[in-house]
Amino acid sequence: MKTLLVVAALQDGRLKRSTFEVIARTREVAREIGGDVAAVVLHPAARDVAPELMAHGASRVHVVEDPVFDRHLNGPVVDALAAVISEIGPRLVVAPSTESFKDVMGALAARLGAGALPDVSEFGLEGDQVVAVRPVMAAKMMARVSSAEPLVIVSVRSGSYEASRSAVEGEVVPVSFSTRADAPCPVLRDILTAGGGEVDLSEARVVVAAGRGVRDEAGRDLVLELARITGAAIGASRAVVETGLFPATAQIGQTGKVVSPDLYFAIGISGAIQHVAGMVNSRVIVAINKDPDAPIFEYATYGIVGDAFKVLPPLIAAIKAQEGR
Amino acid sequence: MKFCVCIKQVPDVAANVQTGRMVLNAYDASAVEAALALTEAHGGEVHLVLIGPDMAKETIRKALAMGAHEATHLVTTAALDSHAVSRLLAAHFSEAEYDVILTGKQSQDTDAGLAGGMLAEHLGCAYATNAVGLDLEGDSTVVVTRQGDAGQEILALQAPCLVTCSNDMNDPRIPSLKGIMASKKKPLHEREVTPEAGRTELHSTYAPPGREPGIKIEGEPTEQAGELVRLLQDEAGVL
Repeated sequence: MKTLLVVAALQDGRLKRSTFEVIARTREVAREIGGDVAAVVLHPAARDVAPELMAHGASRVHVVEDPVFDRHLNGPVVDALAAVISEIGPRLVVAPSTESFKDVMGALAARLGAGALPDVSEFGLEGDQVVAVRPVMAAKMMARVSSAEPLVIVSVRSGSYEASRSAVEGEVVPVSFSTRADAPCPVLRDILTAGGGEVDLSEARVVVAAGRGVRDEAGRDLVLELARITGAAIGASRAVVETGLFPATAQIGQTGKVVSPDLYFAIGISGAIQHVAGMVNSRVIVAINKDPDAPIFEYATYGIVGDAFKVLPPLIAAIKAQEGR
Repeated sequence: MKFCVCIKQVPDVAANVQTGRMVLNAYDASAVEAALALTEAHGGEVHLVLIGPDMAKETIRKALAMGAHEATHLVTTAALDSHAVSRLLAAHFSEAEYDVILTGKQSQDTDAGLAGGMLAEHLGCAYATNAVGLDLEGDSTVVVTRQGDAGQEILALQAPCLVTCSNDMNDPRIPSLKGIMASKKKPLHEREVTPEAGRTELHSTYAPPGREPGIKIEGEPTEQAGELVRLLQDEAGVL
């Protein structure tokens, strides 16, 4: 039986929503070819998340439990994934397109002699081909791509598929792992985080994103308040990140994070193509901008031509009034 | 230190209208800038390598005009996937000397972001991707600030190593007139290459389905806010 292998993505020891999206689609593809779905988890306590992967359809969960996987480092991740994939011999390896997976995908494909289709929005199997659709040219165009290699690695943009449960009886397969002392690998000295407790941008259902129109601290406070009452993650355009008002981790766009929430507020964002590339797949887009010709209005479900400083206070008040928040 | 920067000529995707104008990949421009800044501070040389047709020479000249010392043009008109690119570069670097290979984290036309990691694997060297900061420590340590999922990762790599650069790292310099004049005298080696077969195929491209035309909400700010909340709740069901 052909196996399709899902590489689980974790944050703070919990499975990311994008893992469930990817596994739901992988299950469909497995059903079409009469194959099965396995998962691999790299984490010091990997088996803790195995039940949840089985509840989403993974009949085998390969767990590689080593302290080195507490924080992302490309060398050991490539070594461990290459070993598991060589052992299982899957037709297809599917992973959420996180920064961590982007970091290892090229090296992993080269080591395994695999075809690689990165950052796709659709994928499937047609005969002996793995086929996929991926945005190119800053998401202005979509490209149909394929690989006929016997092993293909696909990474999937978050929000491309709906997560759904489909429980199976599964087993946990422990995989032994030891880091190779001689392997070329960076040394991880530190991780600088913006601070804890925030909603994860790439996973959020609601995103409030600020652009250059959010000129100063007072504007930022309005954006933060709107995010607080809507339970949103906070995003930003490159222009406003460069002013220092928002951290680089908040940057959305071709070079930043790609988000596809149910609701996206673009506050004072003009809608440069590089920014749009990172948010165009949001379900509902609200644009607030005082320039009626701003390109963001071409993408907006609801557009308000107006100054964010004048529109946000009554908007915050109206939402609070509705929901008693 | 000797820096080698892999650069690519790409369509100008930032333009609102596609003019067919070809430019230096923006991420590669940041890699060139980083190499120049580090050699200006610590000494060393910056070499370039580009794979592409004859017309891509214009892009090499631009990067030489920014200040790089020397370039190699691997000439082919073939359409290449990331695998084929990485194999050609690996063959090039099996003969070239280098301490640090830099390149953009992806090219702005395909946004694949694979070639850097593939090349590092072929060469068997340590690598880091999506660098937003780059520094040197001592004779052979490269310190990379990488934008990761959980925050900024600070990594130390021993040369020889490879780093892929984000455009958030710096603002690439505009070539000066003097730089442009000097670039014409700089060594530019040219070699015809025959790529091996790729592992993926591109079949077609098409415009993504457009979004439904939206609703413009008119009125005073208070009216606009109230109407927006109503639409988000009753029509869209997302609030």
